[in-house]
Amino acid sequence: MNRHLISAADLSRDDALLILDTAEELSRVADQSVKKLPTLRGRTVVNLFFEDSTRTRISFEAAAKRLSADVINFSAKGSSVSKGESLKDTALTLEAMGADGVVIRHGASGAPHRLAQWVRGSVVNAGDGTHEHPTQALLDAFTMRRRLGNLEGRRVTIVGDVLHSRVARSNVLLLATLGAQVTLVAPPTLFPVAIGTWPCEISYDLDAVLPKSDVVMMLRVQQERMNAAYFPTVREYSRRYGLDAERMARLPDDAIVMHPGPMNRGVEIAAEVADSVRSTIVEQVANGVSARMAVLYLLLGGSEPAIGKEVSA
Amino acid sequence: MTAYLIRDARVLGGEPTGILVRDGVIAAVGANLDGGDAEVVDATGLIALPGLVDLHTHLREPGREDAETVESGTKAAAMGGFTAVHAMANTDPVADTAGVVEQVWRLGREAGYCDVHPVGAVTNGIRGETLAELGAMADSAARVRVFSDDGHCVSDAVIMRRALEYVKAFDGVVAQHAQEPRLTEGAQMNEGEMSAALGMTGWPAVAEEAIIARDVLLTEHVGSRLHVCHVSTAGSVEIIRWAKSKGIQVTAEVTPHHLLLNDTRAGSYDPIFKVNPPLRTPDDVTALRHALADGTIDCVATDHAPHPVEAKETEWAVAAMGMIGLETALHVVQEAMIETDLLDWAGVADRMAYAPARIGRLSGQGRPIEAGAPANITLYDPSPRRAVDPAAMTSKSRNTPFAGLSLPGRVVATFLRGRPTVLEGKLQ
Repeated sequence: MNRHLISAADLSRDDALLILDTAEELSRVADQSVKKLPTLRGRTVVNLFFEDSTRTRISFEAAAKRLSADVINFSAKGSSVSKGESLKDTALTLEAMGADGVVIRHGASGAPHRLAQWVRGSVVNAGDGTHEHPTQALLDAFTMRRRLGNLEGRRVTIVGDVLHSRVARSNVLLLATLGAQVTLVAPPTLFPVAIGTWPCEISYDLDAVLPKSDVVMMLRVQQERMNAAYFPTVREYSRRYGLDAERMARLPDDAIVMHPGPMNRGVEIAAEVADSVRSTIVEQVANGVSARMAVLYLLLGGSEPAIGKEVSA
Repeated sequence: MTAYLIRDARVLGGEPTGILVRDGVIAAVGANLDGGDAEVVDATGLIALPGLVDLHTHLREPGREDAETVESGTKAAAMGGFTAVHAMANTDPVADTAGVVEQVWRLGREAGYCDVHPVGAVTNGIRGETLAELGAMADSAARVRVFSDDGHCVSDAVIMRRALEYVKAFDGVVAQHAQEPRLTEGAQMNEGEMSAALGMTGWPAVAEEAIIARDVLLTEHVGSRLHVCHVSTAGSVEIIRWAKSKGIQVTAEVTPHHLLLNDTRAGSYDPIFKVNPPLRTPDDVTALRHALADGTIDCVATDHAPHPVEAKETEWAVAAMGMIGLETALHVVQEAMIETDLLDWAGVADRMAYAPARIGRLSGQGRPIEAGAPANITLYDPSPRRAVDPAAMTSKSRNTPFAGLSLPGRVVATFLRGRPTVLEGKLQ
């Protein structure tokens, strides 16, 4: 495996399966009364968040702490970054403090690539601009595997703002690596112009795709897209591309509904769908901790086995 | 003034001959010249080209002297084989008055490494709203003939029309930075397969082509002269080819970086490759090379754009756009056009000296190497290959996208009106 996890494309099929299997083992820690393993004791993980994202940050924080790593949270607000410090100088500061791993969330696509050139520790991309969010794809694949088993040949439909979605990019890459068949559904304005080169199908017609889906993943519609002529109105978007109970009924019986959160209830997903038994939205959050534990363990943990040692905390 | 006898130079790649330079002019060209007391320059194996002329140079002074000054930029130009550069107007303050263009022109004269012809802004503050005093700049000591809001597009069709009409009074030309602003809001790189994969906002080819199409039609309508800066797409080439076939007075330039590099470079997210217009696809690069070869694109212009280190050592989205190019231009053109047999050295002389001088209406530059012409001469050794070393640049800035790339050729000497600004590869 690479030293960093920056793109889902960095993962071979074997790498991805190793992470998912490791996440499965590590998830048992959550069922114990003492939710902690000593594996990363003495290692330092910095959560470097240039964008507000409480969900992702606390997920990484919980993952690192369950592995006994020391966690430093560094958020751009109120730090030297808000005083104009460059990413490079921030990186050199972290380097001087001896960070073994840096988890970075940044509004600029490619910021983790740049960071990886300036620090010696492992860089984990926790979402960069409109590029990728590989640990989200891993937790999504982990959730699908738990519900559906092997993903080979499974049909996954991802619906929404593909153009700006880092979740969609990482999922398309990882799911293709794992052998799933992905169909992206969106209005034509929300696909990149060169979407034809991606390893997936595309459709403008959600109703036609739903009966052939084992998984349907709804993407969040960002507030800033709503007034930029990507679609006429939020209501029209919701009518054509939102998942309500009537549309959900077109899914095969064992199909699941996913959403990376945070949701716009009533826009891309109706409340009764989000709260239905098909929905894995809360599971995804729990699985996020397991998937991120697996990533941190495999990048930082070296050769020691993930579990099986005495829990000592 | 010292006289020079340049021995055994291959003028435009032809048979070895002698060039006698005396009193700033070429006194004679031929074999067995008697130089008298002239200093002898052995040019065995070297190609003699007319001094190169750049239509598109950012010298950054006044305003960003930390990135480049007129002196450092013209030294870099001389090292690249140039004897004249056009200094773009987007300085701080903007070159939109006779005062600023005269200042830049005077700084060039004082530095003395290369002629500096200021480009005047089309609109005040390059804001695209009101015409700058184009006539005052044309009548100033700087004798401005090229007007451009480069960096910004004159996107308002009425302002563009008026500018094209107005410059007819003094045989000026409007050099357009063709970029439809609404189609390129927040644009980071060429819109296509790479931008889709990298998650960066795309700069679509149509945003360039739509403006060029509009402008050639406006130019035809008012009977003026248009120059298109840094053409970057195959579609733009088609429009310019069509306009020329209709007899419209349009000329165009291409940069060395658009002749050699493509948008796959952005995959590194290293903003050394961030430039406006962006690097395009390999198919665009091929179309640009063929258009330069067949004359649809008239000339090579560097768009030399110096930036300090910290403007590029950042995330891609916040990095400055642009790359330096004066000291690598001829090497890149050799690699892209000579080594591929698309142009010969006479073609290079046309695209890098005659044509840009003609477009800029320069009288003492871009003349053939023959008796009576001003002695603006570049001696070039096409044989050595070496890796581009940013640290070795004469420019104040280091932002070359060619770092580490092996390129052919070496500028051995540059003569500006008979005086060497570069000899034996060293600045004089």
